[in-house]
Amino acid sequence: MKIVTGNDLKTGDVIWWTGSGWSRHLVDAADVGEDGEAIIARESAAQKVFDGYVVDGEMTDAGPRPAHIKDRMRALGPSVRLDLGVQAKGPVHVSL
Amino acid sequence: MYRYDQYDQAMVDARVAEFRDQVERRLSGAMTEDQFKPLRLMNGLYLQLHAYMLRVAIPYGTLSSTQMRALADIARKYDKGYAHFTTRQNVQYNWIQLKETPDLLADLARVEMHAIQTSGNCIRNISSDQFAGVAGDEVIDPRPHAELLRQWSSFHPEFSFLPRKFKIAVIASDADRAAMRLHDIGIRIVRRDGVLGAQVFAGGGMGRTPMIAPEIRDFVPEDQMVSYCEAILRVYNRHGRRDNKYKARIKILVHETGADKFREEVEAEFAHMQPLDLDPPRAELARIKAFFAPPEYAAIEDGYDTSDPDFRIWAETNLFPHKQPGYAAATISLKPVGGIPGDASAEQMDIVADLAARYSMDEVRVTHAQNLVLPNVRQDRLYALWQELDAAGLAPANLDRASDIIACPGLDYCSLANARSIPIAQEVAKRLAPIEREVGALQIKMSGCINACGHHHAGHIGVLGVDKKGVESYQLLLGGSAAEDVSLAKITGPGFDERGIVDAIETVTSVYRDAREGDERFLDTYRRLGMAPFKEALYDKA
Ligand code: SF4
Repeated sequence: MKIVTGNDLKTGDVIWWTGSGWSRHLVDAADVGEDGEAIIARESAAQKVFDGYVVDGEMTDAGPRPAHIKDRMRALGPSVRLDLGVQAKGPVHVSL
Repeated sequence: MYRYDQYDQAMVDARVAEFRDQVERRLSGAMTEDQFKPLRLMNGLYLQLHAYMLRVAIPYGTLSSTQMRALADIARKYDKGYAHFTTRQNVQYNWIQLKETPDLLADLARVEMHAIQTSGNCIRNISSDQFAGVAGDEVIDPRPHAELLRQWSSFHPEFSFLPRKFKIAVIASDADRAAMRLHDIGIRIVRRDGVLGAQVFAGGGMGRTPMIAPEIRDFVPEDQMVSYCEAILRVYNRHGRRDNKYKARIKILVHETGADKFREEVEAEFAHMQPLDLDPPRAELARIKAFFAPPEYAAIEDGYDTSDPDFRIWAETNLFPHKQPGYAAATISLKPVGGIPGDASAEQMDIVADLAARYSMDEVRVTHAQNLVLPNVRQDRLYALWQELDAAGLAPANLDRASDIIACPGLDYCSLANARSIPIAQEVAKRLAPIEREVGALQIKMSGCINACGHHHAGHIGVLGVDKKGVESYQLLLGGSAAEDVSLAKITGPGFDERGIVDAIETVTSVYRDAREGDERFLDTYRRLGMAPFKEALYDKA
């Protein structure tokens, strides 16, 4: 699957495209197929997101799993501070 | 300590107002990210893996307690209650929100601090010896010269768009505690025939292509130091490569041109500049020097009670001799075993500020090894200080020992990283801490990618994180030093996985322990024996 991610302009938070908006939780990420670049262009112009990019991933039973460790790290938070990032607010369906 | 004059303050305040306007325009959509990105970077605001990151400059690593307290307040108010001290003696906040950045910068400006030129292809924060002004082996306190260079390089219009970033270190002793030869320009303040001046090195650096800076000038009088640096920068600005980011640092230019030819060009430029009278007036250096006049020390003798064995261990490890009898410089290690190298909580920063005020004449220093220093402690109060540090978890007795590891943020925070460095550092520290007193000085340095923020080339043992088809992998390097016996570490051979690298470090440490003669450091044994026995132990197990 193809996933679109970026950062929230105001807060810098890592966000994922859900198909209709942005979520801080990777589990909400949609498969964007070939539309990634178009979504990024549109959403960047709307000034909600910046540094958007498309990542490869696979859909698992638990939810989307980005192929690269960097994006899994972004979905979780620092592995050395489990009290910070999205992982601090509750279990995340991916591991590093 | 230096205090801002009206010009310093006006410049910083004006920059805060300008950036506030830029942020408003960005948030309103009047500016695109492409337009805004260079502006935020000029103000130290990066995008990292999880959020915006703000890098704040700490000139030559010197802070007052008021400034340290302000840094703690910022960690609480705008971040998640902690900060990270870096190998460039700066401090970074990892969870900054864009909309709050102007207020944060205004808070910084109130304590004479900023984040200007902590990013971009300009002259970055000037670094120095953490023991500047208190070390017995220095010719003079090098910080006034560093401050002069700070003023010269701040907003220097000619050097705002260099081929690449540019780092300068200034020291004033034969001992190098600031990795001086691994900077774009390294300056050692020296006295020749009674005259103060600078011995100048250029073209050093770590990163992708590590180089030790060759000497470019044996001596330039101190009142021509600025124009000599200006001449170097002009030659670099003219000839430094702008077509290839990886070949754009001055080290490549010096290396490819050859030190002799490079020197000739610098000398020609320097000669051309002399009639222009570009150096700051002597009175300015004298004005700055007055801020760094030694504090009023008490007339006391050396000596303190070491009957508490835990205190004795800390005192033997973490104290540095002070030039003033009866005083010591105490390193506060930010490397608790299993902790995150260089991180301090807001509470700990408040405690350090308070201890600096009560024990160290109001001063704190940041070291390039990501520790803090209280430079002016009366020896008869060391025990009381240690008790307070210990109660706050700030008394690891491990300075320059195996668990005092330099580690960059790596893949836990950094968007450029290939691999994590912090968890490796934590594991190695746990493994080696039980033997570190016996092992003695052992500097382990780790970077999460080739950019080498964790100084892996300069570690007695270095670790470099690499990406092996999407999996974190680690190269091991041996034999580096950032000190006066500067050398670049060499790769041992094929890399290791996350667990393997920790075992590998344990293996090379064992080889050293078995082969060590007398009080040899790891580095000495390595230099005596060469790579072979280490390699053999690492790879010939089968
Ligand atoms: S060395 Fe690489 S991973 Fe480490 S902080 Fe620097 S850029 Fe990031």
